[in-house]
Amino acid sequence: MIKKRKTDDKKQWFLYPANLRTKTLVIIILSALVIVTIFVSGYFMRDIPTSFISANQMPSLEHIFGTDWMGRDMFQRTIAGLGLSIMVGFIASVVSTIISIILGLFSSFNKIADETVAGIIDLFGSIPHILLIILISIMFGGGVFGVIMGVGLTHWTPLARVLRSEVKEIKTKEYIHLAENLGKSKLWVATKHILPLIISQIIVGVILMFPHAIMHEAAITFLGFGLPPHEPAIGVILAESMHYLSSGYWWLAFYPGMSLLIVVLLFDFIGENVEKLLNPETAQE
Amino acid sequence: MNKQKLIKFFSYKLIRFIILMIAVAIFSFVLLDLSPIDPVNAYLKGAAVSEAQRQILHQYFGTNVPLTTKIYHWLIDLAQGNLGTSLIYRMPVMDVIIDKFLASIVLMAISWLLSGVLGFLLGVVAGKNKGSWIDKAVKVYCYAIQSAPSFWVGMLILMIFAVYLGLFPIGFGVPIGVKSTDATFMEWASRLVLPTLTLSLVGLAPIAMYTRNELIQVLSSDYVLFAKSRGEKGWDLVKNHGIRNILLPAITLQFLSFSELFGGAVLVEQVFSYPGIGQTAVAAGLQNDVPLFLGIVVFSAVFVFVGNLLADISYYLIDPRIKESEFND
Repeated sequence: MIKKRKTDDKKQWFLYPANLRTKTLVIIILSALVIVTIFVSGYFMRDIPTSFISANQMPSLEHIFGTDWMGRDMFQRTIAGLGLSIMVGFIASVVSTIISIILGLFSSFNKIADETVAGIIDLFGSIPHILLIILISIMFGGGVFGVIMGVGLTHWTPLARVLRSEVKEIKTKEYIHLAENLGKSKLWVATKHILPLIISQIIVGVILMFPHAIMHEAAITFLGFGLPPHEPAIGVILAESMHYLSSGYWWLAFYPGMSLLIVVLLFDFIGENVEKLLNPETAQE
Repeated sequence: MNKQKLIKFFSYKLIRFIILMIAVAIFSFVLLDLSPIDPVNAYLKGAAVSEAQRQILHQYFGTNVPLTTKIYHWLIDLAQGNLGTSLIYRMPVMDVIIDKFLASIVLMAISWLLSGVLGFLLGVVAGKNKGSWIDKAVKVYCYAIQSAPSFWVGMLILMIFAVYLGLFPIGFGVPIGVKSTDATFMEWASRLVLPTLTLSLVGLAPIAMYTRNELIQVLSSDYVLFAKSRGEKGWDLVKNHGIRNILLPAITLQFLSFSELFGGAVLVEQVFSYPGIGQTAVAAGLQNDVPLFLGIVVFSAVFVFVGNLLADISYYLIDPRIKESEFND
């Protein structure tokens, strides 16, 4: 069913008239800019000065997110934590993407391979996600590496599922049969004929994987796995603020969580808009 | 419903269940075996023992045998329902899991029901009034709550209701210093309100979004146009043509959310210090209690499978439209 969407392209938009595609692109670039800014500034924010004179201060113009029990500026800690989270999310997404591409292409080989991939996806889906992450991070011995691998090795299932069904559909096409009859190897068919067609699926999948990875990273560090208490990860900051909840220091928990929410929303936003651009059904609107 | 088909359905599911359980058991066992946790060290917790005693313990736990033998022993024990002894609680894992799960099941069941009912209602209201402020509000809420970490939502609720308003106790299953068997119903129930509220508020987002989108699609279909032209309108129209169509998939979706429910319970129980299965899982993971953690993983897999099975039953056996078609893939 084709839905008609009301677009008012003629109208003046912001500074100059633009169509929906330009608007979407501008939105994507702006959101990406915010995230890159957070990441880069988080990277350079390693040493946060402590001053016990200004400990546990309410949010003010000087410390817009307030200060914690050691007088550290919560805004700096939050940005540093977000930078760390984005980095973990990035590595985890790369790992997950590689796994899902390999499994997706592997499922094109033959029926047994396809069933195996389906079985592995089922197996990973049958254990609650958070327990699975804990399980894998324990296997890698915990620490930052354990968290990254735990998050990275568990987020590939939705993308792999999409790729598998996509591959199944592509496999029915005639040029695949032709290539097989010409004696091309399975690997050749997979990389030359199937991979180029699923690239857009992969790009969207990766961007939408990001927010999940970041959220799970925060959850797992909140529970106390992985990162040591002095690392300013968002999960660690929130776990620490748990001790001060009953003292009424609400800003310790509120602002870091809110920032995490905004970052996750930005990623979702980028993902949806990129999908809009890449999907041929909506790209021309 | 014909009987033969039912038997076929359930035997298919049973075989699937057994295969899946064996796979989960082996998978989680191998993962934990690969981990650098030394079971004997975890058992001793740093107590000083001589090398000879250490050897005896290795012998006793059977840790220095090949991996295949270990897996074989583990599967045999699992089939007999013997999950070993927890290192934290020093009692059989099975007892610990049952004990903790009973505390969690109340929490999970109430929030599952609440999130399902509330989510469905919100979805219907939003879908019926598409484009109105209420639709926008529901949409914004769902987007925000799906992007918010559930433990953070729990912390906010804790801050508002327990710390500022002081309506509810801050945490724990029963008051400090009271045995869980001695606690009065009110003491116990008042500590259940906030975790349940958190889990419900978080859990209703997907179901509300799904219901909203489905209802909008149904309302833009040709048969609803026809019904409108016959003069049906308002709530009756939604009830007769919308809800009948979207209720069943929504229920199926809600059953499929058992996995997220469990994950949410892990985080929320941690925030509210509620002594349930989730908090036990975290404690087991942090303190290297391998038998307990393995037991919980296997148990949670059973839990998720039951959810999927119920979803399949509601999908294949109740839905009149799919009754005729086959269920084997």
